[in-house]
Amino acid sequence: MILATLVPLQGVALGLVALAAPAVVLSRDPLKMIVVNGLYGLSLVLLFVIYGAPDVGLSMLVVGTVAYPLVVLVAIARVRAREGGKDGEE
Amino acid sequence: MTRRVRIGFFLPALAGFAALLVWAYTGIPSFGDYQGPYGFVINRISTPLRHMDNAVNSTTYDIRGIDTMGEEFILFAAVIGVVLLLRDEEGRSEDVEDDTGSDVIRIFGTLAIGAAVLVGLWLVSFGFVTPGGGFQGGVAIASGALLLYLVAGYREWSAFGDETKLDPIKGIGGGGYVVIGLAALVSGMPFLHNFFSGGVTGSVWSGGSAGFVNWSAGIEVAAALVILFSEFLEKYIVPIAKSR
Repeated sequence: MILATLVPLQGVALGLVALAAPAVVLSRDPLKMIVVNGLYGLSLVLLFVIYGAPDVGLSMLVVGTVAYPLVVLVAIARVRAREGGKDGEE
Repeated sequence: MTRRVRIGFFLPALAGFAALLVWAYTGIPSFGDYQGPYGFVINRISTPLRHMDNAVNSTTYDIRGIDTMGEEFILFAAVIGVVLLLRDEEGRSEDVEDDTGSDVIRIFGTLAIGAAVLVGLWLVSFGFVTPGGGFQGGVAIASGALLLYLVAGYREWSAFGDETKLDPIKGIGGGGYVVIGLAALVSGMPFLHNFFSGGVTGSVWSGGSAGFVNWSAGIEVAAALVILFSEFLEKYIVPIAKSR
């Protein structure tokens, strides 16, 4: 059962997801990619909430904003440090 | 392999994939067209029988509690695996100098710590009334702890992210779940049966004994994530900070 007033909102949420997903793929710098990926996660949260699954939305929110960026950030810090060591820079 | 050849492989593959995807999408049932019996059963019994408004959590922490226990031990085992791989015997580093960053990060970070922990506690507490529950709340609480490293630096974090304190907390969370299940068994009921489901609907006590199951999951998830972060930090970030 869907409320008729939610239908335009569903379109907006789907559109946001469709815009954000390619943006993640197209951003080449890993650090920027995390930020864009966060926005993509947020658009998914919006989608889940509008489609009536706030629980899934919450899970997406906590995983997308805490667990996933944590792992990626650690990996980036590690790689940057290694490359910095080679160049003799910071 | 030249760019032309790669594109030559890619485009037919893309077309084939798109065709399969469209075919699959035209076959799926329309939104809200639910056929299974269990959703309707749960929706009907959740509030009258279990006094819980949030049917999702009355399912995960009460009606199919033993499945959720399995899920929780997936996380438990995964974190133990990471700890086994990353934790060495040297113990914690003492002399790490890391700058905390700007005042803006400090101010907004400090506010965000309070907000994250508060939201986390609320999500766990009212998991049976509003959307939320042990897992989401646990991750939110852990994110507050992670922000502490960002705001205050390694020294303050180190006192908090101490694995000798975190390991038992994680164990209590994971073991507490089993103990509550066994308590039902000892009282002559099925394992993990909700043995005082007399909570008041819509209140923080609406979970009955499933409320404790929910809390033990929240504690376990929060501690597990902080341990995970702590291990990553010690293994990968602290060496970088030291080399500077």
